[in-house]
Amino acid sequence: MRPAPPAKQGAARTEQIILFRVGGQLFAVSSASVQEVRSVDSLGGSATELSQPGLRKVRHIVRRGGKTVYVVNGAMHFGLPATPAALVFVLRGTGTALLIDGIEKMTAMTRLQALPKAFCHEERQWYRGLTSLDQSVVPVVAPEGFLTPEEMALLDAALQSEETPEAGADEEAERTQ
Amino acid sequence: MSQPAESEVQSFVLLRLGERRFALAANQIAELVPPSRVFRFPHRTPEVEGVIVRRGRIVPVCDVGERLIGKSLKSRRLYLIALRRYGAQAEWVALPVTGECELIKAEMSPASSEDSPHVAGWLSHAGDVIEVLNLNALTPGPFDMGAPAPMAAAEEARP
Repeated sequence: MRPAPPAKQGAARTEQIILFRVGGQLFAVSSASVQEVRSVDSLGGSATELSQPGLRKVRHIVRRGGKTVYVVNGAMHFGLPATPAALVFVLRGTGTALLIDGIEKMTAMTRLQALPKAFCHEERQWYRGLTSLDQSVVPVVAPEGFLTPEEMALLDAALQSEETPEAGADEEAERTQ
Repeated sequence: MSQPAESEVQSFVLLRLGERRFALAANQIAELVPPSRVFRFPHRTPEVEGVIVRRGRIVPVCDVGERLIGKSLKSRRLYLIALRRYGAQAEWVALPVTGECELIKAEMSPASSEDSPHVAGWLSHAGDVIEVLNLNALTPGPFDMGAPAPMAAAEEARP
């Protein structure tokens, strides 16, 4: 007895992906969802440390075109051993960036299998699905899965509370001039 | 004149976990496969050990040993590939087992309200009373399966 076979496709459609490592573990992300790849060193000047981040996995923000981008520590997010992050993926349209160990390679996937339903916790938000590559199975991350709406709201509130005293101080300075 | 109810003899697959035997309805079983490489990646479902690849499909390995015999099967094991229902859909799950399985025909006594949820019933075979497993209660899955999800979209995501 077998479950229904997957739908046949006329011509194999492919999707360009980036294979990368976090905490020594291999992951994939659609290259279309990566807006920018930066080295951690080059990010240093533009990153601001949050004094009260509220979330352990987010310690820094980056300003991009007037928008706030939260920098997520990939190892902490996945519960993996901490490893020195060398690169940052700025993820398109999500307001998040991801600290990673490094890029393994760019390749194409022809098939993305939905995450089996036996996986029934947070990983359902983390991954778009799984793909078989080079006799291995690689989880394909969902770019919007690194911060839930609740976590984003928490960070926004923390950021606002950090910025409000500064704004108040600026107004005070203007009044005294 | 009423006729006596016919006994319902069904096919079951007997599987072994450590020293104990359990049964699953044969119509839930796809195959028994040799030890395969288990691929692991981060997740938060403790009952799932990882995945194996079988006939081009990625199949989750659900370690039921902890729940049924109090310990996981870590070595020298086979995988029983079974069909797990999720509402209107079904997916394969791989159950690690200790040795060869056996196909038998037997009559199942239904479980009582005092039995654990993972017990679908009981059968008697070769002097043993054997638990028939309820795969839906034994293996993890989404908590709310009331609303049927679309078949194709859930089965196969496309790049």
